[in-house]
Amino acid sequence: MNPDNRKVDSVQQTDTKNEPLESSVKPANGAFASTLRRDLLIVARHRGELANPLVFFLVVITMVPLGVSPSPAVLSGLAPGMIWMVALLATLLSLDGLFRQDFDDGTLEQLLLSPQAAYFSVMAKLLVHWLSTGLPLTLMAPLLGVMLSLPDTGYLPLIVSLLLGSGTLSLVGGIGAALTVSLRKGGLLLSLIIMPLYMPVLIFGASSVKAAVEGFSYNSQIAVLGAMFALALILAPMAIAGALRMSVNN
Amino acid sequence: MVESLPSVLSEAAPVLSSSFMELKALGCERDTRVLFSDINWSFNDGDIVQIIGPNGSGKTTLLRCLVSLSEQYKGDILFKGSAVNQQLYGFRQQLLYLGHLPGIKSSLNPTENLRWYGGLHSDTCFTDAEIVSALSEVGLAGFENIPCHSLSAGQQRRVSLARLYLSSAKLWILDEPLTAIDKEGIAKLGALFQSHAQAGGVVILTTHQDLPIDNVLQLDLAKYQPPVEAMSWLL
Repeated sequence: MNPDNRKVDSVQQTDTKNEPLESSVKPANGAFASTLRRDLLIVARHRGELANPLVFFLVVITMVPLGVSPSPAVLSGLAPGMIWMVALLATLLSLDGLFRQDFDDGTLEQLLLSPQAAYFSVMAKLLVHWLSTGLPLTLMAPLLGVMLSLPDTGYLPLIVSLLLGSGTLSLVGGIGAALTVSLRKGGLLLSLIIMPLYMPVLIFGASSVKAAVEGFSYNSQIAVLGAMFALALILAPMAIAGALRMSVNN
Repeated sequence: MVESLPSVLSEAAPVLSSSFMELKALGCERDTRVLFSDINWSFNDGDIVQIIGPNGSGKTTLLRCLVSLSEQYKGDILFKGSAVNQQLYGFRQQLLYLGHLPGIKSSLNPTENLRWYGGLHSDTCFTDAEIVSALSEVGLAGFENIPCHSLSAGQQRRVSLARLYLSSAKLWILDEPLTAIDKEGIAKLGALFQSHAQAGGVVILTTHQDLPIDNVLQLDLAKYQPPVEAMSWLL
């Protein structure tokens, strides 16, 4: 079988094989680590795409004072809801490409045919998605809070709720992306599938910030967001792996 | 008189099940069109099987059924005597599948692509030296660090084919592996298939080109297609 072939190779390629240092350096092993590494590399090669959701986030929030009212009293009331809503839409925009390229170039097939569980490679892809959309959005949100004159008490819950919430958005959104990846124009369908699932995240996320601004405790909302994140973390990769198998099946 | 003897043998066959992989009454329909039906075939150790048939006869579909990417089939696909989808882990450990999509990322270079592929298969974690040697086997020495989008179609195909030199899988299922490969490359691949088969491996492939090797078994899908009369009521 192939070990024989390899022996033949090693005889022919003695110059490259006889480098003990080279061969002792083992690359990252396992489906999770290697997919994580590959997708991070791809993100690093396409740094421009990283800016898309951020620019959308920034532009929409910039328009609010122009279109609604520049008065701080009005804006501070709108701020929690606006920031959360636009962060959610920015995530939604980025979802369509989550599995699209893998589907088109056939690496998705290879991923699903790996003897290792697709759960972990899917998890790695979602982690990269979150690192390239959810995390930058969360980091940018306080800045936009200043633009919408969010009161001081709102910043901590804004960051915490977005950290937890954006993770849930990536995980849940992945289900929709996996279901629609085989459709050429799945964009609208994707929004229709995902929007109802995003509502609870939006409600609890925005209300945690609102509660903090109004001087109430926001622990319960954060707890609910945490519970949703934990649930999504366990269940969503399974659902995504199943949906991907279905999409590839066609 | 010869009729009775094989029937006894064929009943005993599943129990003994010496064949590596077996198709039993396999059929597939797509959009109310019967692609093929009632294929009975066994793939044994050391077989090179070329699946032939006109365009649209279901060659790719058959391969996708074999690797369990598609489950829209009737009949049974047995792997070492029991159904393939009951033992996916064991099956996929022995499988190397090359679809008609290249399965490589165009923004990564060949080394990175193969490293990812190695990581997916836990037992075959490729070292850099192995990858370099596999790439030079497929004639891509010196292209290790060139992004795949600036390689030609044939070179991209060769990147996927480099897996054949790296993987320790026993079953190779290759969909049109010779597309965009030059004559010299085809001769080399033929020799590779032959040495894989001689070592007990199984190669199942589709191609419209003539393989430069003998002892190739041919599975002609045209034989398993429904007669035109049977389909006329659909039209």
